[in-house]
Amino acid sequence: MSLTQIFSLAISAILIENFIFVKFLGCCPFLGVSKKIDTALGMGLAVMFVMTVASAVTYLVNTYILMKFDLEYMQTIAFILIIAALVQFVEMVLMKMVPALYQALGIYLPLITTNCAVLGVAILNVEKGFNFIGAVCYGLFAAMGFTLAIVLFASVRERLEFADFPKCFEGFPIALVTASLLAMAFMGFQGLKLPF
Amino acid sequence: MLNIIYAVATLGLLGLCFGLLLAYASKIFAVETDERLPLVVEALPGANCGGCGYPGCSGYAAAVVKGEAPINACAAGGNACAAKIAEILGVKAEEVEPMMACVRCRGGANAKKKYEYMGISDCLAASKVASGPLECSYGCLGLGTCVQACPYDAIEIVNGVALVHADKCVGCKKCVAACPRHIIELIPRNADVRVACSSHEKGAALRQICNIGCIGCKLCEKACEFDAIHVQDNLASIDFSKCTHCGKCALACPRKLIINASEITSEVSQKMA
Repeated sequence: MSLTQIFSLAISAILIENFIFVKFLGCCPFLGVSKKIDTALGMGLAVMFVMTVASAVTYLVNTYILMKFDLEYMQTIAFILIIAALVQFVEMVLMKMVPALYQALGIYLPLITTNCAVLGVAILNVEKGFNFIGAVCYGLFAAMGFTLAIVLFASVRERLEFADFPKCFEGFPIALVTASLLAMAFMGFQGLKLPF
Repeated sequence: MLNIIYAVATLGLLGLCFGLLLAYASKIFAVETDERLPLVVEALPGANCGGCGYPGCSGYAAAVVKGEAPINACAAGGNACAAKIAEILGVKAEEVEPMMACVRCRGGANAKKKYEYMGISDCLAASKVASGPLECSYGCLGLGTCVQACPYDAIEIVNGVALVHADKCVGCKKCVAACPRHIIELIPRNADVRVACSSHEKGAALRQICNIGCIGCKLCEKACEFDAIHVQDNLASIDFSKCTHCGKCALACPRKLIINASEITSEVSQKMA
């Protein structure tokens, strides 16, 4: 893959087809961990690691094991197995290295396993027929898009604490309204045509 | 057939590989936890009532193992639990007087109503509507806010007044916080005699609004040989550090509102009959 192709892939994955605001994948940690910018950033980085390594390993398993033995139908379960193992690994590392972040993420860390964004990127890699570099790059950029989305959202939510809006909107309702406004804003990128 | 074998073998091998990798990783990234922590958590009653002042039983266990919390702070576990924790940590525990809750009111049907309340069946809500449906602004409203608050099912509404069952109450203080009139207080578990009124109304006024309230006549104060009961602000109160539970004040009270614990159980059994 040439550098222009990788650049187009980046713009596409981060802005035009943002995983949260356009594809609506991975909304659970997006809504759940976005109360503070630090936790949001931590979550974004964790997802970046999981998505990138998951893309790499799933590509390898898919090409050299599943396709070799005509076992494409096992993609879903094999990918989930790989993702679950990776997330367990990330949990162990975080608990040892950054216990504060581990406590802050709480239940949302193991929820990355069932996050449709991670499985989604693995399956999209297969559908789009990327090679190894393409798969890893797509995973990385999709996760960067996720991180961008969650940090943007967290910044707005932190300011919402001091805003004056109707009492019935407190908590989740105003968060959902904000998310939809952000999604509408990202629609502005739809017009971008890339040579990829 | 071969396909099935391939499928099973692939998934099995993948699972095995990742399992081994994770096992290896867990050895490298092992985190040290104090081994006494799960022992302490098991010794606690596990009700997560918060009476100790810590967030749940695990919160208290963590603080105890670190040495920040007193060993006898768990009211629900009592002295038995404190002894067990002391044993696990290898320190000595001090005995604490076991306490239980007591509702200081026996109004209910005896108290005069100001109006018929038909709103939400909650004492806090009722107390906000023109200072409550009773003429007495201190009395128990009997709508069951304390019953809801109790995690041990120890409170029951009998004859329009809340009654605490001594056998179920552990002294977690949740009802004390829940009562909007603040008439539930903690008394020693072995206290036999207690004053069942919280009203500071003057005697003459109180006679109009309740058949059984304290009028501040001081007959109990005169009857007590141990200086344990005093009338302050038109209300009699027992000082449990001096009280010997002889019951002379109960006999002297003309309104019959100083009651023994046995009277409470008989009242409950009357209701059950």
